[in-house]
Amino acid sequence: MIEFRMPSLGADMEAGTLCEWLVKPGDTVKRGDIVATVDTQKGLIDIEVFEEGRIEKLLISEDEKVPVGSLMALIDDGKGTPVSATVLIPVTTETITPAVEKKIETELPHRIKASPLAKKIAEENGVDISTVTGTGEEGAITKEDVLKVVAERTSPPEEKKGASSESIRMAVAAAMSKSNREIPHYYLETEVDMTKALAWLTAANLQRSVKERLLPVVLYMKATAKALAETPDLNGHWVNAFLAKKEINMGFVVSLRTGGVMIPAIHDVGAKTIDEIMASLNDVIPRARALKLRSSDLSETTITITSLGEGSVETVYGVIYPPQVAIVGFGSISEQPWAENGMLDVRPVLNITLSADHRATDGATGSRFLMALKNHLQKPELL
Amino acid sequence: MTEDELKIIIADILKQIAPDTDPAKLLPDDNIREKLEIDSFDALQFIVALDEKLGVETPEQDYGKITTLNTLVSYIMDKKKAISK
Repeated sequence: MIEFRMPSLGADMEAGTLCEWLVKPGDTVKRGDIVATVDTQKGLIDIEVFEEGRIEKLLISEDEKVPVGSLMALIDDGKGTPVSATVLIPVTTETITPAVEKKIETELPHRIKASPLAKKIAEENGVDISTVTGTGEEGAITKEDVLKVVAERTSPPEEKKGASSESIRMAVAAAMSKSNREIPHYYLETEVDMTKALAWLTAANLQRSVKERLLPVVLYMKATAKALAETPDLNGHWVNAFLAKKEINMGFVVSLRTGGVMIPAIHDVGAKTIDEIMASLNDVIPRARALKLRSSDLSETTITITSLGEGSVETVYGVIYPPQVAIVGFGSISEQPWAENGMLDVRPVLNITLSADHRATDGATGSRFLMALKNHLQKPELL
Repeated sequence: MTEDELKIIIADILKQIAPDTDPAKLLPDDNIREKLEIDSFDALQFIVALDEKLGVETPEQDYGKITTLNTLVSYIMDKKKAISK
């Protein structure tokens, strides 16, 4: 029997509200199937399973808010093996503090019948659900009932957007405060002459259709993965001690126009080709912007990169996303005077920074990593 | 296709790529990317959409020719003329 638990979708997440079960007891599920949607501060997230089996029992009901790690369902994998606490927690090894073990009380004093979607819309629009007249079955409040109330109000439409960007702001605030409180950061920086890498990219893109074109960031990601293979102490989690991770699941910072950031992970970057990395970005960035991520996009991240892209400032010093131990910052490429072999020239220069957790590594490791990254970017044809 | 029709299509594409912005407020000589805060990734999506919707493939070396609405419209009109010849 497999235990299916509320996944942790980031250091800032303590609990999630089950919006909807997409399966029922008796259904067969396979790896990657979406079984539920959960409401978090980062919006509605599709939750996937990571094992095959038959749904035995659903243990929490829709609209219930439970802490990360809570048992949500039992899945029969046909093996009859005893329930193991480690299976199926697509979670960082972060422990749940006893304070949140207790079920969080969110219910109103008297229960109001309303669909999860109706409640969600009401919450986003600041509508008190108890004031809405339900027209559904047994007087249940439907989406349409809430939308009618929203439409009747004269309030500006910006309000809806404000509510969700506010919760993302709070999620970022919680994670970054935790990071600054707990992680002793150290910072290193280097400059890379990008002449070769950009020339290689231009030539590569000439061979490609518009849809298959590459952005410089895929070279950054692949080079980072290769450098991490040489300095594995920067790829993993700190939970009372450093836990190295084999797979390089690279979080990629996507900034939202309405404020805040989402950090979906590109899984196993080390094993992907640069075209596969680009395809992953093409898939995940639009979904991150639309707040339509899946649980696998937000779990198991082992390191984060932030790339500001062209037209931005030259240098960015990141704040580590716990429980990770490093974040790599790529600034905007700019033309700079460049001295080499006693000659002065003008070159396209990329500033790369590393913010790392001093509990896990020291400056020597960080420096080795940045030098390796720099070397890999000098040989784009080998990436 | 007239220039006005083309401008409507461009505004539609921009709206899809940057839903939180108002492309209608773009002035003809505004830098599109700066004004709508379009990053490198969204800029590439825009180029892909121009190709899909208008059949105009923009090589990387021409990115500098399509920074404003004015230059973008004349670039596409020129390309379209070249294709139809």
